[in-house]
Amino acid sequence: MKISFLQSSVICVLCAQSIVAAGATDEELNKQLETLEQRLVAVEKQAEDNSENALSVKQSAHQASSNSFNPAISVILEGVYASYKNDPENYELPGYALGGEAGLAPEGFSLGHSEIILSNNIDDKFYGQFTLAIADHDGETVVELEEAFFETLSLGYGFTVRGGRFYSGIGYLNQQHQHAWDFYDAPLIYRGLFGEQYLDDGLRMSYVAPTDLYLELGTEVFAGGKYPAGGKHSGTGSWTAFLNVGGDVGVSHSWQSGVSYWSADNIEREYGGHDHGGVGEVPLFEGDSDIVGFNAVYKWAPNGNYLDQNVKLQFEYFSRDEQGALTLLNSSPLETSTLNSRQDGWYAQAVWQFVRTWSVGVRYDMVDSDNTGSDDSVLGEAGLLTAGHMPERASLMAEWMPSEYSRIRVQYNRDDSYQKTDDQVYLQYTFSMGAHGAHQY
Amino acid sequence: MKFHNGKYYNRIVFVLLLIAVSDVHANLNVFACEPEWAAMAKELGGDRLTIYSATTSMQDPHHIQARPSLIAKARSADLLVCSGAELETGWLPLLLRKSGNANIQQNQPGNFAAADHVEKHDVPKTLDRSMGDVHAEGNPHIHTSPENILLVAAALSKRLSEIDVDNEEYYSTRYSVFESQWKVLMAKWKQQVKVLQGVNIVTHHNYWTYLNRWIGLNVLATLEPIPGVSPSSSYLAKLKKQLSQQEIKMIIHVSYVSDRPSQWLSEQTGAPVIALPATVDYQDGQTLSLWFDGVIQQLVSVKR
Repeated sequence: MKISFLQSSVICVLCAQSIVAAGATDEELNKQLETLEQRLVAVEKQAEDNSENALSVKQSAHQASSNSFNPAISVILEGVYASYKNDPENYELPGYALGGEAGLAPEGFSLGHSEIILSNNIDDKFYGQFTLAIADHDGETVVELEEAFFETLSLGYGFTVRGGRFYSGIGYLNQQHQHAWDFYDAPLIYRGLFGEQYLDDGLRMSYVAPTDLYLELGTEVFAGGKYPAGGKHSGTGSWTAFLNVGGDVGVSHSWQSGVSYWSADNIEREYGGHDHGGVGEVPLFEGDSDIVGFNAVYKWAPNGNYLDQNVKLQFEYFSRDEQGALTLLNSSPLETSTLNSRQDGWYAQAVWQFVRTWSVGVRYDMVDSDNTGSDDSVLGEAGLLTAGHMPERASLMAEWMPSEYSRIRVQYNRDDSYQKTDDQVYLQYTFSMGAHGAHQY
Repeated sequence: MKFHNGKYYNRIVFVLLLIAVSDVHANLNVFACEPEWAAMAKELGGDRLTIYSATTSMQDPHHIQARPSLIAKARSADLLVCSGAELETGWLPLLLRKSGNANIQQNQPGNFAAADHVEKHDVPKTLDRSMGDVHAEGNPHIHTSPENILLVAAALSKRLSEIDVDNEEYYSTRYSVFESQWKVLMAKWKQQVKVLQGVNIVTHHNYWTYLNRWIGLNVLATLEPIPGVSPSSSYLAKLKKQLSQQEIKMIIHVSYVSDRPSQWLSEQTGAPVIALPATVDYQDGQTLSLWFDGVIQQLVSVKR
């Protein structure tokens, strides 16, 4: 586009006008420009020796050393001292057959998930993240590949594709690493439905709308091999869809809310072993499963400064429907039953960080279920009958954070998961070393 | 719904046309991480830009949450203007990844880091978390020096012209006007702060490093034992003892931090406390020069 002399002078006058004095007449403006020019000449002469030198500072070149291309590395150290009134080995959640990583930490000292996280931009088109978790399972130290995914950076138009192994985008807590949670343990509904947390190998496509209101749509397809799906699938074993909206109210309030859906068909899901002296009977579910969820988060921080003081309210609800067959593997004769199951539950929590280094929180959990089948004894063996007990739990938490990188937490649960009320106390430390990635909202 | 239904077809075409038309006349969307860069963009881009400031002058830019509203704004940005030098490292990388916006990713023309265009001070020789909030690239609060403002403005103006070639003349004209005005103001301020040269001060955080150097203030100590860590009472007592031999003229802190440590030292030493606005109050329509002028007048008035 060519701009004539007239046009450019008009532009010049227009912009000068808007800067110098909006609403001034042309004459005044010219006078101002004239005096400005005169002053400028004087100033330039006067300040030639000092300001010219300073102004010619070269752009700082980024120094490259041999390890500057290494990925960002962070290490999370986590450990807990747990104390229970009941034997944690006897833990159960009536109405829910437990699997995945569901269960209580052993009594006394134990390490949680120690994590090594590597992340970096791979090139201008992709980002990559790799998370190794090292944890003890039944007295054995095992290395788990928790996350290994790539993510696109350059699709544009609000689209992002992620592939590999990653935590599903359903729910609010599910996408966060455990060390970012505000309580030591997962809500009961996460324990019951997902075996603490849901991840799998697959692909995610998400889209952020070009609106001032945050609106994100996403869908994922997974191999379907991981709990609470299971079994071998030639194509897609499970899939999800989610919608998140969010925004600010003034400068001190912000919120986010979402709905999500998870579906898996032809599942072959094995629950955690249930010993009956010698050979363990393992409940196997074969069938179809759907989960719907709703979540809402609200945060408050004076002037939007979260460092010194903030309040966070959080609520999630999930409901699962399942139809299929339940078999007790290793039973003889083989016991089976049809299964028609509906399970739902929610938690609500509030965390108040009242000074930079201290916060306190309170949480309430409950889950419910309605499971029926052709053989109640099989359902009973699998832990799917409640005998009229509705699991619930109340928790209190206090934590001390000397810096962004360290946290000591004490948590008390009054746990009515099963008929015999349990008092649980956790003393937990979480330390993060090295690069400190940004935390999700 | 049937797509070969003429009514629907027409509606879709109409909406698409509407989007296309609105896109042609759309302003450049600027996402400024801090208010000073929003104010600078306004000076340099005038009405050709739609500017959003992610933070206010009352927020600590080290500690911002990657809120949904910020992701939504980053999604539609054509140009990101941030301080850089790791100031926004706790939240910006996440915004970039979640935005699905290719234009503003690192090393793209739409990603402008002001600190890349000036010489940085306080570059640590070694890095360790026990040193607190240190930045490998040096002190990121570069906007506190008027010389840096001019350097960044030159680079930003160039960047605006690169991204929005059609308005190149407009941007360069506006830059010339800004430059000449700023030089006049800078000479005036330099004259005014002569009385402050060599004056002993104590600052809360190393926020004003660039300004202090430009003025020639003599910073005896910072109240924070290490950057980003609030001082304990025992540390303050130690500091008071250490400073007992020198005469402190003033104690400076930015208005978004607690003034308690500063007030305590003030009571002990008699030096006045000055709460300086950390940056431009862009949301209230303040300009860079008004903010700077205010800061200079506040400092000078104490000396008088």
